[in-house]
Amino acid sequence: MAPSFDHLRDADVDEDDYDENEIDLSDLREKYEVQLEQGFDTFVVIDGLPEVTEEQKPKLVKFLLKKLKSVGNTKEESIFMPMADNGKSLRFAFVEYSTPAEAAAAVRQLDMVPLDKKHTLRVNKMTDIERFGREGRVEEEYQPPMIEEFKEKEHMRSWLADPSGRGRDQFAMYRGESVGVFWNNEKDTPENVVDRQHWTESFIQWSPLGTFLTSVHQQGVQLWGGPSWTRQRRFAHPFVNMLDFSPGEKYVVTWSNRPISIPDEGHPQLAADDDGKNYVIWDVETGKPLRSFANLDLPTTGPDGQPLKAPPKFPWPAFKWSADDKYVARLTQGQSISVYELPRMTLLDKTTIKIEGVQDFEWAPATVQRDGNKKYEQLFCYWTPELGSNPAKVGLMSIPSKEVVRSLNLFSVSDAKLHWQSDGTYLAVKVDRHSKSKKSQATTLEIFRVKEKGVPVEVVDTIKDTVINFAWEPKGDRFVVITTTEPAGQTAVPPKTSVAFFCPEKVKGNAVGNFKHLRTLEKKNSNSIYWSPRGRFVVVATIANAQGSDLEFYDMDFEGEKPESDKDLTANLQLMNVNDHYGVTDVQWDPSGRFVTSWASAWKHAMENGYHIYDFKGEQLREEPLEKFKQWAWRPRPATLLTKEEQKQIRKNLREYSKTFEQEDAERVAGADQAVVEERRRMLDEWYAWRQSVEEELEWEREELGLSNPADAATAKGEEGEGEVIEEIVEEVLEETEEIVQ
Amino acid sequence: MRPILLSGHERALTQIKFNRDGDLLFSVAKDQHVCAWFSHNGERLGTYKGHQGAIWTVDVTPDSSMIASGSADNTIRLWEVKTGRLLKTWEFPTAVKRVEFNEEGTQLLGVTEKRMGHLGSIVVLNINPDINGEQSDEKELTIVCDESKATVAGWSYMNKYIIAGHEDGSVSQYDAKTGEQLENLPIHDLNMQLTDLQWSNDRTYFITASKDKTSKLVASRDLEVLKTYPSDTPLNSATMTPKKDFVILGGGQAAMDVTTTAARQGKFEARFYHKIFEDEIGRVRGHFGPLNTVAADPTGKSYASGGEDGYVRVHHFDKGFFDFSYEVERERQRAMQQ
Repeated sequence: MAPSFDHLRDADVDEDDYDENEIDLSDLREKYEVQLEQGFDTFVVIDGLPEVTEEQKPKLVKFLLKKLKSVGNTKEESIFMPMADNGKSLRFAFVEYSTPAEAAAAVRQLDMVPLDKKHTLRVNKMTDIERFGREGRVEEEYQPPMIEEFKEKEHMRSWLADPSGRGRDQFAMYRGESVGVFWNNEKDTPENVVDRQHWTESFIQWSPLGTFLTSVHQQGVQLWGGPSWTRQRRFAHPFVNMLDFSPGEKYVVTWSNRPISIPDEGHPQLAADDDGKNYVIWDVETGKPLRSFANLDLPTTGPDGQPLKAPPKFPWPAFKWSADDKYVARLTQGQSISVYELPRMTLLDKTTIKIEGVQDFEWAPATVQRDGNKKYEQLFCYWTPELGSNPAKVGLMSIPSKEVVRSLNLFSVSDAKLHWQSDGTYLAVKVDRHSKSKKSQATTLEIFRVKEKGVPVEVVDTIKDTVINFAWEPKGDRFVVITTTEPAGQTAVPPKTSVAFFCPEKVKGNAVGNFKHLRTLEKKNSNSIYWSPRGRFVVVATIANAQGSDLEFYDMDFEGEKPESDKDLTANLQLMNVNDHYGVTDVQWDPSGRFVTSWASAWKHAMENGYHIYDFKGEQLREEPLEKFKQWAWRPRPATLLTKEEQKQIRKNLREYSKTFEQEDAERVAGADQAVVEERRRMLDEWYAWRQSVEEELEWEREELGLSNPADAATAKGEEGEGEVIEEIVEEVLEETEEIVQ
Repeated sequence: MRPILLSGHERALTQIKFNRDGDLLFSVAKDQHVCAWFSHNGERLGTYKGHQGAIWTVDVTPDSSMIASGSADNTIRLWEVKTGRLLKTWEFPTAVKRVEFNEEGTQLLGVTEKRMGHLGSIVVLNINPDINGEQSDEKELTIVCDESKATVAGWSYMNKYIIAGHEDGSVSQYDAKTGEQLENLPIHDLNMQLTDLQWSNDRTYFITASKDKTSKLVASRDLEVLKTYPSDTPLNSATMTPKKDFVILGGGQAAMDVTTTAARQGKFEARFYHKIFEDEIGRVRGHFGPLNTVAADPTGKSYASGGEDGYVRVHHFDKGFFDFSYEVERERQRAMQQ
């Protein structure tokens, strides 16, 4: 440490002690000497040239110059091609550019560029050659690279084997400044697995299969996992706002609204090419970026010169993944869809798919096997609005063949929303139509039966009101729609809503009948639909609404009596429970479909932050108010490894399995009760022991001071004094009877 | 447990005190007069008029002959309980936030506010137990709180210590004879002021209430935290029930925040916790504003709460209250009897 001013010793200040000439400055000189001849930053060395004679040389130089000028400014005199003694060239040349930046550009862009069939240019910076190739830097003998000893990695899916053997699910909670991961203990306090202060800066997110917990920081995104919760990957995308994993966790796309700026000294993960980009697509396995993209400039005027209305905030997700992680696609609104093949991130067939007017597209969430089509394919659907006299269209395109497998023409369309069922069996297109005068609105649901021959389309009866929410039953064929009489605007009191349930009709055989309306519940405030991930149960909730905060738990396959009117339908609707969670902002099912959590997040408001846990029947199990509670996230589970037969077997013997589990549960509850009693006994004994010690000490101190116990004095006084008699008259009517005497 | 509603005050209650026999109840509010009530039926014994500002605090001597009250008019006044006669007025530079008699009623402490260049302080006054005797003007002792002002204070067992709770959430122990600070510990969260401090029967431990939403049981001799009772709302007052090992906490959303929440979210309930097990065992609703003060009858028969709504509610406990015991408590009782 340098001596500070306060601690200067005399010797430090005394200047007469030494002679300036005696100091050996050679080391400093060497270090800081200006080396004039080393301004080689504008030079590049080009290798891989053909061997030429003195006569051929000018021709080659001219040819070369054409290529070199494509990246920067140079001239014939600046190219120096040394010749060997035998009159032939040495197959390399030195080139001087006018600026170092141009030289750098030449290295980046001209390296590995083929000159002709036989020759490929190798371009290096002069300074690099000096640095790496100088004598002594290159070892004469080949040294095999050190291979690091194999270290076994942590088991990334260890959490699936719940140590308690109960198959519990994990969840992450972000409250205050800390993030914790817990085991769900239903009624009891969740069991903490890990808890860290400032683990994330903005939010947390699980990867789709639950392998990684993602934390988001100013410097980028980090993935954590394994039993010790160590950092597994880091994607240094500065000022990242959003991220989205591919369904199989192989890739991730990060987005920042600030264009990336690569500092001069370089970036640990991104290259200079990524400068100015907003999206980066990363390979999760290697942690390397695959390709980066800039935000699309959305056209502000339509093709007819009319200014378009502002696009909704920002479209996210912009890059959408196919179900098998093989493709990722981005929409250029009104023009085209660009499909990129992973992992090379090159455009499929090197072109974008032009679809005039395209508004939105959605990949099928699963790989679909269409009837009569044996080939592997990914499907996506898209829609285009009416253009001139052409009708609006909904299309279904197969990738990689780019074949439109189904297209549907629609008229008087003002908007459309695409909703895939989770298996890709159905595609519901919610079409908002206007009358010719554009005064009245109506909505129809066009349902594509993707897996049936020829992809038939069924229209579900017209809904007069505005549809504000729609949700398919996961892995099922029923759906719930929420409608409202007026479009939801910026009114103080949102209008009343109606909740409608739909299901297919009963038909013979395995086929699925036509979709029929099952029931409508009117005059509600509900605005959100949360299906159990296993289907059958659905929560219809009123979220972030001043009018109410109720959660209604419905069973679609109620095992009780079925109303006569529904006998031809494949559902029996029953409201199981209604709960009220004041200020609820979010609802989420656990991955097993056994529990539902609702929470009030401090991101939305500061009142009553905390969470509730319910079972699937809507019975509240637990309630915990937590200061500054922000986010809850159930850890997703990967798909089961059991075969269909094995699953069937388990379902068949469910009674046997549940017997053992129920017994375990009962034992655990009894054990916990015993522990509580023991703990109370301990607290009671501890308290009385403390009281005894204090009382003894007090008595002793009193005697020391010669004082009498005021309590004794009070009782003594009470005995001496006249006793006070308080009379209380209590009148009690035991029975009153009225008899009429005749 | 049907409450008796005492509606004698026009403004928010600030403190309630039972006398030692539990038959009288004294209440003070921001409306400038002290009320005395019969606790068993809620009949008003009388009022003590004279203060010129909101009254923050009241206390009664062990023999129930005199009461002292501290007010925002910068005075402590001493009154004769029986007649309502003003016996003495002590003037201070700032408002008086707390008064308390010692165990014998021979000394009185007062906590003065920090304001207008005056530091907060704790003063000790000698009291002449003779009701017709002359009361001294002299201050026996003045403790100046130069770090964080005291908000509450009281006498420990045998007048050994003065314990004070501060605005910064800490609790101090002073020598009651010399005024020397012996201990200062951060009992509650930093800058979450103590709002109440009430004593156990023998003054060997006390209960605190704080804006940090917790209440704590603390030992007088070493300020060791014995128990913690967490709640979900800022607390204004806490008391212990004699006879049964319970504590009662009162609080609620601060008055200024009430309009921003739904009525049922105000948390204007008295909360009962088990003193030893720290479990919440019940709540009593009724007030429609935050509870500013709770007090337990020293004989254990009742408790009273005073709210921002201007009402005092006196609750006489039912049989069920006295019968309620944890299994381990009954176990212990049986063991003691054998």
